Amino acid sequence: MSKAVSVLNGARFSGLATVEDAGLQGMITLRGDLGSKALKAAVKAATGAEVPAQGSISVAENGAAAWMSPDELLLLVPYEDAVAKTAEVSEALKGEHALAVNVSDARAFFRLSGEGAREVLGKVSPVDFDAAAFKPGQFRRSRLAQVAGAFWLNDDGSFCIVCFRSVGEYVFKLLSAAGHPQSKVGVY
Amino acid sequence: MLILECPYCGVKAEETELAAGGEAHLKRYGPGSSDDEFHDYLFMRENPKGVHFERWRHANGCGKWFHAARCTMTLEVFGTYTAQTSVPTQEILDKIAAKRPGWTWREFSDGQK
Repeated sequence: MSKAVSVLNGARFSGLATVEDAGLQGMITLRGDLGSKALKAAVKAATGAEVPAQGSISVAENGAAAWMSPDELLLLVPYEDAVAKTAEVSEALKGEHALAVNVSDARAFFRLSGEGAREVLGKVSPVDFDAAAFKPGQFRRSRLAQVAGAFWLNDDGSFCIVCFRSVGEYVFKLLSAAGHPQSKVGVY
Repeated sequence: MLILECPYCGVKAEETELAAGGEAHLKRYGPGSSDDEFHDYLFMRENPKGVHFERWRHANGCGKWFHAARCTMTLEVFGTYTAQTSVPTQEILDKIAAKRPGWTWREFSDGQK
C-alpha cells in the first residue's frame, strides 16, 4: 500500500500560539446506544478509555473516546491499529444496533499550543474559551470560521483539533492567520 | 443574537452554530387528504408577532434537530425541547403562560392542556 501521509505532512506555524499538523491519527466513528453494556465494553477494549460523559473526552494511555452526540462517539486509536480496531469493535457489537467506521483518512488532526492557544481558537470559533468555562477534558463540536470542527483541551493547556481532511489546509491557514504575532487581542 | 440551548448536548449554541428549520409541529397531509388540506400543509405558515415555535438543527455541533419556543418580537427564548414530540412540553407552556398571558399560536394557547 502507498505511504500514508497526514494532510499537511507535519506543517508548523509559530505565532501567538503554535499550530502543528499533529500527524496521522486513527479515528473511528461509533454510533449506537451509549448506555449499552456491550458498547461500553467494546469502547474500553478498543481504546482503554471509558465512555465519556456528555461534552467531554476520556483519555487513556493508548487511546481516547470523545462524546460527539447522544448516540455517537469518536474513538481515537493509533493510526496503524485503526483498521483492526474497527473490525474488533464491529465484532464486539454484533447484533447490537450500532455502527463503527474507520474515518482516519477522512480527517485532519492539529495541535494548538502555547500561551495564546485560547485566544487563537476563540477568534475563529463561537465558543467561550474563558479558563472557567472551557476546562481540560472538555470536548466540543463547533465550527472553525466557515467549516465544522471539533476540539478538546489537554491538561497541558494545548488544544487538539479535528476537522475534515478536505478542509485541513483551510483550517491550518485559518489558525495561522488568527495566530499572527501582531494580532493579539488579549481577551483570554 | 439568538442563543439556544441544545437539549441533546447541553451546549448554549449561538445562531451561527445552528440551522433554522422553519415552523414546528406541522401536521403532514399526504395522499388521501383534500386539496385544501394539502395546500395549507405546504404553504400556510404562521407569522406571529410574539410567541412562536420553531425547529432548529444544531448543525455545527451534535447535528440533532430540536424545538424552540421564542418570542419573535423580543427574541426572548422560552425554552428548547426535544424533537421527538408533536406538542410543546407542559413546562414550556407554563413558562410562556407566565410571561405572555393570553397567548395563542395555532391550536395551542394560554390555559389549554
